[in-house]
Amino acid sequence: MDTKEIVPDEEEFILADLNNDDLVEQMHEDLYDGLREEIVEGTSILLERNWSADRVLNEALVEGMRIVGVDFRDGILFVPEVLLAANAMKGGMAILRPLLAETGVKPIGKMVIGTVKGDIHDIGKNLVGMMLEGSGFEVFDIGINNSVEDYFEALEKHRPDILGMSALLTTTMPYMKVVIDEMVKQGIRDDYIVLVGGAPLNEEFGRAVGADAYCRDAAQAADVAPEMVRSRRRGGVVSA
Amino acid sequence: MLEPILVIACGALALEIDALRRSWDWRHLHLKCIDAKLHNRPAAIPGRLRKEIRRHRASYKKIFVAYADCGTAGGIDQVLAEEGAERLEGAHCYEFFAGRKRFAELAGSEPGTFYLTDFLARHFDRFVIRPLGLDGHPELRDAYFGNYRKLVYLSQIRDEGLLESAARAAARLGLEFEHVHCGYGELETSLALQFGRANHGQKDSHFLA
Repeated sequence: MDTKEIVPDEEEFILADLNNDDLVEQMHEDLYDGLREEIVEGTSILLERNWSADRVLNEALVEGMRIVGVDFRDGILFVPEVLLAANAMKGGMAILRPLLAETGVKPIGKMVIGTVKGDIHDIGKNLVGMMLEGSGFEVFDIGINNSVEDYFEALEKHRPDILGMSALLTTTMPYMKVVIDEMVKQGIRDDYIVLVGGAPLNEEFGRAVGADAYCRDAAQAADVAPEMVRSRRRGGVVSA
Repeated sequence: MLEPILVIACGALALEIDALRRSWDWRHLHLKCIDAKLHNRPAAIPGRLRKEIRRHRASYKKIFVAYADCGTAGGIDQVLAEEGAERLEGAHCYEFFAGRKRFAELAGSEPGTFYLTDFLARHFDRFVIRPLGLDGHPELRDAYFGNYRKLVYLSQIRDEGLLESAARAAARLGLEFEHVHCGYGELETSLALQFGRANHGQKDSHFLA
């Protein structure tokens, strides 16, 4: 028998027809689905409605990526989906970044972030950088395969609040201790908050190498980093 | 008759261990494999191994685990210490196939190297392309492989078809291609330590490789 499946047309939204709440909710869904063009369009619409760049960033993009991060942590989303979501967020960020710079709002803090020597993996590092930028940090990404000297040069140049180190390989993650030990040796360890992350790491490893905190994913890093910077400025103990 | 020893192995080593068993006539090697896809979630490997060891413990006095550390950052070692079993030495299969010294040289000369074994050359789509979502989103290729420079195929057997598959994989990822024939490397020497070299009917496995 010849059968034909009837598939209803996919419901199409005109983003500009949505009220603010519905549009922001739709942008969260579009981020989740990695739809870059829709995120670019939604960002522009909110700006046309006189939303500040800061509000668009926080309520539409960062909150959307936070949801993505939670579902990644819970095993509902996987790396490909997170990459697509990040790519969509970058579309929105490209519009917002110059506007945020114009406002002259002081960043929450500065961060230098890089993957350790011998390791060329940067997906997690890039996500952390993006989320921290979204959270109001000025982020200096020094890339991959960084030696102690590379990290020290960046610390000297940018004077950040936070040093972030990333590794994907069990063979390269011990290099984090090499960097931190050298910071101790040179008497600069306490000048910085040190965050470490990467798939094979855990909290125990973070403690063992002398980091201030281990961040299991980008969403957690975006939660931990501002809190630690504020705590440090209040003169509190730095701990995750 | 020799006491049987159970080898609990990553599915990515099934063909290789079976080839060595036949080559060395290790009739007392009993093989149980775990789905190689577990490598996409290394944190799940130690728990799965513990479960398998306990499931078979009553039937075997000795159990050997054919996994390296495999990205578990000591997680497998902790389980094996608690359960009383040993594993293959090294960080991953690339290292024990190539040999620690040679792998260190390869990795040191170019950190941006993606490795394939026979298994991965044979199942490149199923274990690399699809899990990374590159079948549906080829635009993600550079997000994954943008920092890589070359693909090194560490072959176990000499097979023109696999060699062509590996070269195609390199082209698909936009990487230089290099072929290094390793044979079974330290997989063979590690198993020989467990199962002995003096069994009757053994062949020179280098003939196979």
